[in-house]
Amino acid sequence: MSDASVNVKKRQMMTADGIPLKRSLRISLRREKLRGLALLAVPALFVIMLFIWPIYTLFQKSIDDSFVNDVLPRTMAIYEKWDGEDLPGEVHFEAMFLDLTTAEKLEIGKVSTRMNYAKSGWKSLIKKSNRKFKKFDPQKALLPQMIKADKRWGDIEFWKSLGIMKDRRTAGYYWNAVDRTYDSKKNVIMQPENRRVYVMFWKRTLLVSAIVTVACLILAYPVAYLLATLPLRVSNLLMICVLMPFWTSLLVRIVAWMIMLQQQGVLNDSLVGLGIIAEENRLPLMYNFNGTLIVMTQVLLPFMILPLYSVMRGIPPTYMKAAQNLGATPSWAFLRVYMPQTVPGVGAGVILVFIVAVGYFITPELVGGKDGQMIGNQIAYHLRKSLNWGLASAMGVMLLVAILVLYWVYDKIVGIDNMRLG
Amino acid sequence: MGLPVYATTGQRIWHYTYLVICGLVLFFLVAPLIIVIPLSFTSSPFLNFTAEMIALKPEGFSIRWYQNLFGMCDEIKTTVCSDKWMTGFKNSIIIGIFATLLSTSLGTLAALGLSRSNMPGRKLFMALLISPMIVPLIITAAGFALFSVTIFGTRFDLVASHFGLVIAHAILGIPFVVITVTATLVGFDDTLRKAAANLGAGPARTFFKIQMPLILPGVISGALFAFITSFDEVVVVIFLAGSDQLTLPRQMWAGIRQEISPTILAAATILVIISIILLTVVELLRRRSERLRGVSPV
Repeated sequence: MSDASVNVKKRQMMTADGIPLKRSLRISLRREKLRGLALLAVPALFVIMLFIWPIYTLFQKSIDDSFVNDVLPRTMAIYEKWDGEDLPGEVHFEAMFLDLTTAEKLEIGKVSTRMNYAKSGWKSLIKKSNRKFKKFDPQKALLPQMIKADKRWGDIEFWKSLGIMKDRRTAGYYWNAVDRTYDSKKNVIMQPENRRVYVMFWKRTLLVSAIVTVACLILAYPVAYLLATLPLRVSNLLMICVLMPFWTSLLVRIVAWMIMLQQQGVLNDSLVGLGIIAEENRLPLMYNFNGTLIVMTQVLLPFMILPLYSVMRGIPPTYMKAAQNLGATPSWAFLRVYMPQTVPGVGAGVILVFIVAVGYFITPELVGGKDGQMIGNQIAYHLRKSLNWGLASAMGVMLLVAILVLYWVYDKIVGIDNMRLG
Repeated sequence: MGLPVYATTGQRIWHYTYLVICGLVLFFLVAPLIIVIPLSFTSSPFLNFTAEMIALKPEGFSIRWYQNLFGMCDEIKTTVCSDKWMTGFKNSIIIGIFATLLSTSLGTLAALGLSRSNMPGRKLFMALLISPMIVPLIITAAGFALFSVTIFGTRFDLVASHFGLVIAHAILGIPFVVITVTATLVGFDDTLRKAAANLGAGPARTFFKIQMPLILPGVISGALFAFITSFDEVVVVIFLAGSDQLTLPRQMWAGIRQEISPTILAAATILVIISIILLTVVELLRRRSERLRGVSPV
């Protein structure tokens, strides 16, 4: 036995430069791997630095609450010393006065906006007080002067609300995104009735995406079946009808739908002209919930047809014939033999359409009117109009997590590698 | 899928109903695009088919909205007729070209790396590189808008500069290039590369003389996808662009929000034509690449 192994060692193959072939191969394979990694390094770094990092910024913004601590350092430093029951003492008033008078005006404006999220009234209180602070006498006690300037300084609720902002990290924006907020003891409570809006938007986003997904499935299934069973030459021609809208600008399609569906649009005018509906009964199809549904369905339909088509192409037509040969009626054969084989395509299409639909922003913004807006529009609103970046980021992160989970499922069903572009 | 001769009346009825349903769905897909084109040639400022148009009288048609688009005005310059469209067109082309160059070179590099056999962490890299396609645009745009880093005391962000838009669009284009080039590389016979190396060519020469010509169709289609992504992109532009970064989609967006004029339809028609041309080129390239690889054209 030992003889045999010695023999093998002796006969081991060598390369020209005397290194055993095995090792030489291993070295060159490793070099190959390193070369592959080197090729990947630049693009991967580019994406990490300029895409993953910005998204991470979003996450940071969503939990960051250090702003109040930065602008009002003295107040926040001694906040712990207050018992939280009686009106704070002179030291607290002095700290607040010094913070507000030394900080930059722009910062004050921003910080008061942030404080207003915790308790409404802060913004006007600070704005009003800042004007009166100039006339104060810093030598005298500040507590009576401040309360005289605005009696809200004597309202303990305002002081309590500072406690919510005392930590540099907060989950507050996430709670806000689902219509909850902190009370002054940092317990999670419901928002007041008139400020509960976001749960409605989340629900509507899910509802719109679900309806659009189902509508796409119903419309796509027969077309995909037709395309898959027609001879290739014909089906390739019809495929143009599917791919052309897929590659035309979203805005173009939206404009087209607007002129088709609006009250004075092509469709309504034709219907009135043909006498099918009366002048005063023009259908409300645009700038509302219907508008969002119709346009999104058309926009997302190719996302459903394409995966269905590629799965159906792979199903041998002989199966259906065999089933019929064994006595099944055509519809029974379709239901029991054909449809179960299309399930992977259905799964892929449904998840894909749903994922894309959930994050939609442009379509609802332009054709949704008031009742067709989705969570994406709220993110945009808080980023660009109300400038509540924390809340916008939190909603974005929540949406992203939901989509990543769905994508993970998609990957399990179809595999990301099998993604194709028409 | 013709009907067999022995089909019953019921089956015939069902068959034709089915074809009608499919026809309607396909019509639903292309109808909006078809409507836009004739309406952009209307002579009236209203967005509807006039009686003259339906009767095909020449006075029903005009190219005045295209003249507006190109900044040629017969009256005083209004919001409808301005050189903004041309500025937007120019900006879109500039940003599109640079973004395409960037994403095509990076995407091709990545695809070459990914297609090496026994590449470690292949799945992870793939997920990373196509993630810009998965994340909803609104979130991507928000991330870009809030992103800022300070390197050696200089603040760096992506807001309100051509540079920022080029970077952002390049990121969005990378997945398309990676996917198309990877697909072409699947059919690439790796022994060709080894043969070239065996005959004494260095890696660079092998790439440009052997690999590049064969994968070129995939690279070009990837580049076209990347270009059209950038050219049509509006969400990121809305969030990042300053007043100097007026692109064509942004001008359209502004126009749609104000009032839809036939000028927008003229712009839309041009965009549709551009898409059709690019799509045809991609399709021709795909067929060529399949022929090269010996796969019968599908």
